[in-house]
Amino acid sequence: MYAYDELDRTLINERVSEFRDQVKRRLSGELTEDEFKMLRLQNGVYLQLHAYMFRVAIPYGTLSSKQLRALARVGRRYDRGYGHFTTRQNIQFNWIKLAELPDALADLAEVGIHAMQTSGNNMRNVTSDQWAGVAPGEVEDPRIWSEILRQHTTLHPEFSFLPRKFKIAITASEHDRAAIKVHDIGLRLYKNAEGETGFEVLVGGGLGRTPFIGKTIKPFVHGRDILSYVEAILRVYNQYGRRDNIYKARIKILVHELGIEKFAREVDEEWKQMGDVGLTLDHSVIEEVRSRFSYPAYEKLPHMPDELKQAAHDPLFERWRGNSVFPHKVQGYSIVTISLKPVGAPPGDATSDQMDAVADLADRYSFGEIRVGHEQNLCLPHVAKRDLPQLWKALDRIGLATPNVNLVTDIIACPGLDYCSLANARSIPIAQELTRRFANHDTAELIGRLHINISGCINACGHHHVGHIGILGVEKNGEEFYQITIGGRADEGAQMGTLIGPAIPYAEVADVIEDIVEAYLALRDRPEELFVDAVKRLGVEPFKERVYATR
Amino acid sequence: MTSPLQQKIKITGPSMVTANRTWDGVVIYRTAQQGWSANLSDAAIVRTSDEARTLLGEATADDVGAIGPYIAPVELKDGGEIKPGNLREHIRSEGLTIDLLPVPA
Repeated sequence: MYAYDELDRTLINERVSEFRDQVKRRLSGELTEDEFKMLRLQNGVYLQLHAYMFRVAIPYGTLSSKQLRALARVGRRYDRGYGHFTTRQNIQFNWIKLAELPDALADLAEVGIHAMQTSGNNMRNVTSDQWAGVAPGEVEDPRIWSEILRQHTTLHPEFSFLPRKFKIAITASEHDRAAIKVHDIGLRLYKNAEGETGFEVLVGGGLGRTPFIGKTIKPFVHGRDILSYVEAILRVYNQYGRRDNIYKARIKILVHELGIEKFAREVDEEWKQMGDVGLTLDHSVIEEVRSRFSYPAYEKLPHMPDELKQAAHDPLFERWRGNSVFPHKVQGYSIVTISLKPVGAPPGDATSDQMDAVADLADRYSFGEIRVGHEQNLCLPHVAKRDLPQLWKALDRIGLATPNVNLVTDIIACPGLDYCSLANARSIPIAQELTRRFANHDTAELIGRLHINISGCINACGHHHVGHIGILGVEKNGEEFYQITIGGRADEGAQMGTLIGPAIPYAEVADVIEDIVEAYLALRDRPEELFVDAVKRLGVEPFKERVYATR
Repeated sequence: MTSPLQQKIKITGPSMVTANRTWDGVVIYRTAQQGWSANLSDAAIVRTSDEARTLLGEATADDVGAIGPYIAPVELKDGGEIKPGNLREHIRSEGLTIDLLPVPA
């Protein structure tokens, strides 16, 4: 966990007071909606179909049990008893009242949580690997660098009015769990041949209306230079990024139009001209931030404790362990993913009661720490293997032991037309129906790793482009239709999926996905060949034929 | 930002003006009595573009009470019952099409 200092606490509290005054002036009519809109957006407050939506940042996906309880309390006291974890390590509350928002913010500020820069044309929540600090083989904890960037960019005047929103993700593992290649800037932490820690810097990735995979702009930037280099990128973007057309304003468009080589030259030139502007990170600064992250006092535990051997006789436990429990860098410990995708439930939603229960379990079994991943699941990062059987039983009691992590029912979905004012079509009912169709765990395991991502509009909050199967809702003559792509992926081998054919109506989506999965099962050359690999080998044609031959 | 009143208004059937209530965000409908109601059945119905423009103008003038007013289609059933004219308005009027809370496994 990262320990906030007095400066952080003062900043957050001042922000609450400021917003309380702004809300008061809005409700009295002193501020018009036109004047107030930017102020509310800077505090994560959107207007959606039914109500205001309040988006709260979970920096680099790390939460303490105390913080999760505060989120549960906000859900219970100011909303309808639940929240929605998003694809960018945020949580959204869907039914919040503007008049009560300052109180909700004040409650969150008590535990160091805020909603700054969760909206607007600024630097958004810097995201990271939900396994940061505990993943085996990781170079070092990427959250240290996320935090340095967070501190530098929070309320930074130069980055508060960018041409468009700006998102950074960081990973320090070979396997990318942070989807860095589909961010405005993606940072991959590694050690070079000299043993120095630095970053491969990617730029211009993104989804939405015009999807691009990020391109490497600099193969290695030393850690001490990362702030100045990121700032140089942002300065070039601020100068040349388009402000006349919202659809062409993201940095990915600028990179695409200039070409990565020219864009890189511009950034290098800016970097050189900046000179020493005090952004070179002293070793002591990095160590100061590092020292504020505390790690558990792990015990020396056996690799295979007796409790685990005994529980192995229970096939249901073994199924969950095989699916949701992952290796930890410390012997005797595990990382546990908590699926927020029970059959029939909205993906990524958790009730306040479930949040409280997970917070209690984190206190009991994970040194009080919880993580949030971009796949809309939670994670307990420090679970002793001997505690796994008890943890599993406790999770099962609150409906959070579904063993479907990375399987066909572990669906990423945006809120869609049920909530969102931008959406053209519903996402959640499609996800719910698919989880029912594939509810049989034996079938899901037979299918293997398969990520379905659903977005209710082209803005792609459900990351449909990079789903192994992507589903995009569109509107045609007042009816909901869905485009299907296959072969996308969001990891280190990130690529966009390929459209298989004309959009299909709402009622046929689940049937079509079943057809695609059946085709895969028939066509894969061995059980170990993953869906996404089969698509790569075969192309989309066999799947297209299966879907459209009879439609 | 272009004011809704400056945008071209063209309606093709019976319509109403809807918005969200400023203090709590609740969905509201402009009434014929120049007020707001949370019930669609209270909505003032307009049938021409001029009527729609006038109703939207009144609604927009109430910047303190309502946020984001716009014109939306309705269906008029036999007996005068007002129904939402598209899926978006159906969801705003009737609520989510899904279970509100997560379902335990």
